[in-house]
Amino acid sequence: MTKIVTHYNRRSFIKVSAAAGGGMLIGFSWLNGCKSNTPEPEAGVAVPKEWFEINGYIKIGDTGMVTIYSPNPEIGQNVRTSMPMIVAEELDVPWENVVVEQAPLNTGWYQNQFAGGSLSIRLSWNALRMAGATGRRMLMEAAAKEWGLKVTDVTASEGVIKEINGERSITYGEVASKAVGIEVPKEIELKGVKDFKLIGTSVKNVDGEKIVTGKPLFGLDFHRDGMQLAMIQHPPAFGMTVKDFNEAEIKSMPGVKDAFIVDTTVEEPGGFDEKGFKQLIAIVGESTWQLMQAKKALKANWETTGELESSELHVKRLEKALVSGEVQESRRDGNPEAAFKKAAKIIERTYSAPFIAHNTLEPMNFFANVTEDSAELIGPTQTPEALEGSVAKLLNLPLEKVTVNMTRIGGGFGRRLYVHFGVEAAAISKKIGGPVKLIYSREDDMTQGTYRPTYRSVYKAGLDENNNLISFSVKGAGLPEGPVFPNRFPAGAVENYLAEKIKAPTNVTTGAWRAPRSNFTAGAEQAFLDEVAEAAGKDPIDFRLELFDRAIKDPVGEKHEYEAERYAGVLKLVKEKANWGTTKPNVHRGVAAYFCHSTYVAEVFDIIMEKGQPIVEKVWCAVDCGIVVNRDAAENMIQGGVIDGVGHSMYSQLTFENGAPNQMNFDKYQLIRHSQAPKEIEVFFVENEIDPTGLGEPGLPPAIGALANALYKATGQRHYHQPFMTEKQVVG
Amino acid sequence: MANFNLKINGKTQQLDVDPTTPILWVLRDHLKLVGTKYGCGISQCGACTIHLGDNAVRSCQLPVSAVGNQEITTIEGLSENGDHPVQKAWLEEDVYQCGYCQAGQIMNASAFLKKNPNPTDEEIEGAMNGNICRCGTYIRIKKAIKTAANSKTV
Ligand code: FES
Ligand code: FES
Repeated sequence: MTKIVTHYNRRSFIKVSAAAGGGMLIGFSWLNGCKSNTPEPEAGVAVPKEWFEINGYIKIGDTGMVTIYSPNPEIGQNVRTSMPMIVAEELDVPWENVVVEQAPLNTGWYQNQFAGGSLSIRLSWNALRMAGATGRRMLMEAAAKEWGLKVTDVTASEGVIKEINGERSITYGEVASKAVGIEVPKEIELKGVKDFKLIGTSVKNVDGEKIVTGKPLFGLDFHRDGMQLAMIQHPPAFGMTVKDFNEAEIKSMPGVKDAFIVDTTVEEPGGFDEKGFKQLIAIVGESTWQLMQAKKALKANWETTGELESSELHVKRLEKALVSGEVQESRRDGNPEAAFKKAAKIIERTYSAPFIAHNTLEPMNFFANVTEDSAELIGPTQTPEALEGSVAKLLNLPLEKVTVNMTRIGGGFGRRLYVHFGVEAAAISKKIGGPVKLIYSREDDMTQGTYRPTYRSVYKAGLDENNNLISFSVKGAGLPEGPVFPNRFPAGAVENYLAEKIKAPTNVTTGAWRAPRSNFTAGAEQAFLDEVAEAAGKDPIDFRLELFDRAIKDPVGEKHEYEAERYAGVLKLVKEKANWGTTKPNVHRGVAAYFCHSTYVAEVFDIIMEKGQPIVEKVWCAVDCGIVVNRDAAENMIQGGVIDGVGHSMYSQLTFENGAPNQMNFDKYQLIRHSQAPKEIEVFFVENEIDPTGLGEPGLPPAIGALANALYKATGQRHYHQPFMTEKQVVG
Repeated sequence: MANFNLKINGKTQQLDVDPTTPILWVLRDHLKLVGTKYGCGISQCGACTIHLGDNAVRSCQLPVSAVGNQEITTIEGLSENGDHPVQKAWLEEDVYQCGYCQAGQIMNASAFLKKNPNPTDEEIEGAMNGNICRCGTYIRIKKAIKTAANSKTV
């Protein structure tokens, strides 16, 4: 057992238990009337008459039904199931008795209420366990007190407390009312990993039944009587602003209530306030279709205030940056220049990737109800706290007058870290003086910015006469940031090493896109190492393992980000599972491994060629994310990451002309489809007892490298520039 | 504006709407049946798939005036208790990630299986190619379709 001092999260528990006597703290169920948020548990616990708040995460009903509040936004990473699982494990209650509700933003009760950086589980692991364990302990104390025993004389398991030396037993439901007044324990014992009953199993998505029956779950589904709908129109190109529009004509259209220009600029904008256009035309009305018609009828005067960039210009800018841009040296070990001079072989390659959009399938939307002295926001956000802050600034309200509630989210991928659509909804609500739901069309969504930046990097390796890697350098340029992780592999494994970043300007706005920078660096670096291994005449896995060996035994430089043993571990596991080294006729193999977001993933791809087109027959993934919380859902995440990596590196790009994206919807913007997806993806987890790390992002980056390496085997051509399928190099 | 009587999920609904309004928005805005999703509005993503009679159609480009007497079924009406074999298979395979595309996937799959109860992998891919899943649950969707097909009750 692990002993943990609870003061780390004490603030939340004190607050909650102090208020607990006063009845319900969180009666949050806006989308589902006042029914609990999931169907009645199958095991047949009845719906309670009375609920008792144990702490900010747990509410127990008199029947033994337990409500667990899931604190973080659910974007498809399945935290609405896995976070409550962790609480339920330590509370020790049968999962069938648990219903899950989404917690509202509450910085006093919860920490790190955001979905980003694959951090939800990693950052909340201890808090969630403590919430469960303190709850269990308080219930035990209440039971012991009832029986006139010491707490050490009772045990609790599966929702029942038993006397150790006697016959008495009592359920959590029966004792819950007495636990409310119990003091929060100052120190608490957590379960040993070996004793986990729920963590590590496969638990079905708590929203599954609602998803398959089409219940309202998402922000776009939210409705409140009396609310208006709104749509916006931003300028058609980056470098343009709105001057005026045919306001009178628009206002006279059927179903249109109002039309105006809103300014959503906030003072001292933070990182999550990024947005291409701050002044927008807003149209308010009753129905989406009428608003769409009104948008079509818009005649606006746009003013060109900046450069109207094109993809051609972007490529030139990146090429120039690599030659003569201002270089930021991020890491230097040994003397790379001298080592390159000494090298028997030098390999130098350039890799690139275009701008891409997030394209969450649910377009941006938000509900806002702004009054004189308050603002209520409901919708899909990955960063409720940032949204609260920005809305408070925009409306000049104190933070506590702004409330944010989260809906289930139809895809995140980093897109909804940016809060502009919530801020815009608030600005529109303020202007019309009533509740409103803002809806983006797909075109609005795809053309407004916060894209994955476009990148171009040069990798260089020097081998000595014995084919040892003696020098390695990477120089990465991007609009607007250079994609380089100076302390990641192969830093620490090569005697002479250099990492350099170069920034180049653009007025196209960019943002975090699933596995920021890693989504490019992994593909480039892992394809490059494949080529270096080939030049060295070595097996690509053995070549990497040799390097990890160096990083383990005699690491170069002061520090590196990764643990070489775990990195090598996933490579060895995937090697074994994929039977690496065996060959099948007409099947072409590639491998890659990458570490990001504290998780290690190695992948092997098998490709066949059919009518000149590559088909991914099978993918093996080996993953080290520490303890696996929800096994089948974890596999789902990795599978999704692989498919996402394949899709975007093969097919997707956003190109520009005169400042405007050429792709505005899914007719021109290609996303991977059923027939293009890998046919099979098998996922293996390294079993260990390390605290869990994230899974939302790490599956994606290595997929691009392994795919590129398999494509090379299949076609004889290396793929340097994404999207691979437009390189026109893939032939049968 | 014009009056329409629509047969939706076994009930007749009277409406007074602009005749060009796509069924998608009639369902979502006017009837508050929000299970049918908006993804692209141009018949490219399949999120808005419904059944018109026995056929899976994209409701985002189907004007209300074109429906006439044909029966509309939405995800809310696919089964009474959420126990259509395709829904059950989806639950069994725990298909979804964000879940946003899945109503459209289920509606397309259920219409497809009615016509082709024992599809090959290739037939599944062909039939489902118009339904985008941005989260990448394609493998599970295929598996769930096979599970439903094997349940022999479609
Ligand atoms: S919304 Fe109809 S196909 Fe995309
Ligand atoms: S589950 Fe998210 S789009 Fe399919």
